[in-house]
Amino acid sequence: MRIELVKRPQHSSLFAALSPFIALGLTLITGAIIFASLGKPPLEALFIYFVAPLTEVWQLHELAIKAAPLILIAVGLTVCYRSNNWNIGAEGQFIMGGIAGSMVPIFMPGFQNFLTLPVMLLLGFAGGAAMGAIPAYLKTRFNTNEILTSLMLVYIAQLFLDWLVRGPLRDPNGNNFPGSIRFPKAAELAEIAPSQGSAHYGIVFALVAAVLVWIMMSRTMKGFEVRVIGESPRAGRFAGFSSSKMVFFAFMLSGGLAGLAGISEVSGAIGQLRETISPGYGFAAIIVAFLGRLNPLGAVAAGFVLAITYLGGEAAQMTLGISDKVARIFQGLLLFFVLACDTLIHYRIRIGGQVKAGA
Amino acid sequence: MAENKPGGDVRLLDVKGLTKVFGSLTACNQVDLTIGKGEIHALLGENGAGKSTLVKMLFGTLEPNGGTIEWEGKPATIKSPSHARQLGIGMVFQHFSLFEALTAAENIALSLSSDQPISSIAEEARRISNEYGLPLDPHSMVGDLSVGERQRIEIIRCLLQEPDLIILDEPTSVLTPQEADRLFVTLERLKSEGKSILYISHRLDEVKRLCDKATVLRHGKVVGHCVPRNETATSLANMMVGSEVKGVERPALDGTVGDVLLEITKLSRLPATPFAMPLRDISLKVRAGEVIGIAGVAGNGQGELFEAVSGEVLQGEAGAVRLRGTDAGRLGISGRRKLGAAFVPEERLGHGAAPAMALSDNLLLSRHVTDAKALTGSFGFVRSGAVKAAAQRVIAEMDVRKSAPDPEAAALSGGNLQKFIIGRELDRNPSVMVVNQPTWGVDAGAAARIRQALIALARAGSAVLVISQDLDELFEMCDAIAVMHDGKLSKPVPIAEATYEKIGLLMGGAEPGHAGHELAHELIEGA
Repeated sequence: MRIELVKRPQHSSLFAALSPFIALGLTLITGAIIFASLGKPPLEALFIYFVAPLTEVWQLHELAIKAAPLILIAVGLTVCYRSNNWNIGAEGQFIMGGIAGSMVPIFMPGFQNFLTLPVMLLLGFAGGAAMGAIPAYLKTRFNTNEILTSLMLVYIAQLFLDWLVRGPLRDPNGNNFPGSIRFPKAAELAEIAPSQGSAHYGIVFALVAAVLVWIMMSRTMKGFEVRVIGESPRAGRFAGFSSSKMVFFAFMLSGGLAGLAGISEVSGAIGQLRETISPGYGFAAIIVAFLGRLNPLGAVAAGFVLAITYLGGEAAQMTLGISDKVARIFQGLLLFFVLACDTLIHYRIRIGGQVKAGA
Repeated sequence: MAENKPGGDVRLLDVKGLTKVFGSLTACNQVDLTIGKGEIHALLGENGAGKSTLVKMLFGTLEPNGGTIEWEGKPATIKSPSHARQLGIGMVFQHFSLFEALTAAENIALSLSSDQPISSIAEEARRISNEYGLPLDPHSMVGDLSVGERQRIEIIRCLLQEPDLIILDEPTSVLTPQEADRLFVTLERLKSEGKSILYISHRLDEVKRLCDKATVLRHGKVVGHCVPRNETATSLANMMVGSEVKGVERPALDGTVGDVLLEITKLSRLPATPFAMPLRDISLKVRAGEVIGIAGVAGNGQGELFEAVSGEVLQGEAGAVRLRGTDAGRLGISGRRKLGAAFVPEERLGHGAAPAMALSDNLLLSRHVTDAKALTGSFGFVRSGAVKAAAQRVIAEMDVRKSAPDPEAAALSGGNLQKFIIGRELDRNPSVMVVNQPTWGVDAGAAARIRQALIALARAGSAVLVISQDLDELFEMCDAIAVMHDGKLSKPVPIAEATYEKIGLLMGGAEPGHAGHELAHELIEGA
């Protein structure tokens, strides 16, 4: 006996639209089962996890802080994935963007004026784009699999950052703690409404990027090029588009946006370089991109959903006394169910399909 | 229905009311089909008439929604291809499923479920190949074999299972006329041994010649059973299409051939993959006003030539391809389009059109450079209104039938999509048009329309180059026919001097007047 996936002759467009919501529902149900098996009251736990973190204004600011990098990265990834380039290394590009942008306040602490932040943000974008260009080069030049190279580069970036903040960039007055000097005020991304909460302008970048990329994808030749090459590389070549240029464009745009997210996080939320600057935003953004149906505006909604899992994880740790790693479980479940729903919309399962006849 | 053929009254297969529904489409509607022992039965119909669906149900790859199948007088449910083989039904597919890096015998071994050693399989394959006049060396690498030889592997593979019924899907579409003749001898031989053959084709002459009976399908329904020998090609065609098929008119060239608009000079290309065909020293001129055809068996370098001429692959020498007197060898496809050239590739879905994109997007696909002013605005924005209007213009001009105002390319039938793709290029009135397989898999009505449109384009002063494996099509359209074989292109033969035999020999590799000519004759006669 074997289990087969059989393509459905036609798929339901209703279920295709509902798919993210079904996935969300299944994630909640599974979450309830997990809480119950941990001996916690499931409904109350779900409430603490998903609703309680959103009841006060300052908490909404926290939500925006978490959502900003997720959305910014995911918006870039939607372009990348639509063009059939599988950038799994946004986490590394995020880190390199953070490092590149931090060079300004660390090496030029005296450079403090209205240009400081724009230069940092530009450098952040450039750092992420340069990091993204590596797998793009390897793919176009050596035909390597970009999934592997971009993923492996994440570990290089993480260890590079770790080495920097313990070694050359360590704050001499920092009591030997790993970490750079604290950034001066001019190098800090401002808060939007300091009286209400601590959300910084990163969320604004994310929303603007989402709208711009959405316009690019749906209204311009460049977006058309991305869609054609992603849909059918040969038709793209017939149209006169270069697929190797597209590999660089997709990787450098998504890398650049991840880098921008990185420097926004460092200068807005953290204020210095540390050995870890991301709780896995670059990986969670992959889920955001898919949950948002590879649509930049969809990624905005999905980014807030994923941000809740981070806040809920913290809340669950404080109130229920379970590890905040539960956030990872919810993220994994969500991705699993999104992909499963999408698959089952296009395929049905046939159990006990024909067995290859023996002689 | 006359039952005067040998063994025609002993029924092998009896299908009644077979129906298959895909969503809103009834691909097969109450189909009846009876095949007697020792009978060659033709299954005729246009593309999309339901032939493949019917055959897939007989071979167990599709499950019918209704109707009955009786095999040797007993009701049968054919659950899978292996079950079909157990019953005694074998099939030779139109598209081969062979591994190029393995030998013929190894490929055959893969399809057999027994643990027979390769050497004994090779032995048996050799026996069958001798017995049925299917010359083949079982130890040759498939990648080195011609399409005709690959087909022989498929046939031998099928015969090794000792089937009572052999289904052949468009077997001659990949053969030269001479190779086809040889296949018919084999089929007659099988018939004389009492085996039955279900022969799927749309080539009416060979059906008339070969088949004892025919079942004609149209829009999923049986429109008639007949004895092909008692019919004319025209009456069969009318039965298939359901109306009179309009012939294509080719006005005579009025003596004044125009300037050379497309000139290929000593074009060579190394093979891109181990099993690709190199191009060897190809030269050709196409003048304003004329239609030049390139005939040849599939896989002799036509696809490679198309890629080179279209600019999807660049040439080393700028002068290897010249368009309207300008060197274009170093220009990409966009640059060549700007010089006035238009291209239609063989593959519609995934090459000429992006399957999941709307027709308007697919118009932009090939027109965004040449019509940049009309279709795109500042900052690279697409003028979607103008693009949609242009798409609707093409749809109206070519009579493209569709179910939605601007459907996805994949939602169209092959013929309608091809009409759109050709119309998309004709709409810009190109001065050079290169088309690979203009009517492959297209129904007769649409094919006639496409051919007529291409002839009209040429006569209005453009140069048209048509690459095709369909000789009938080339004879209908072209002013001269050149032949591709083994990556080389023969001199064009003016249509007045061209005969099927002559072109067929060139397709088999003989250059007229060369020693190869006799050799090819020997090969064909001596087999």
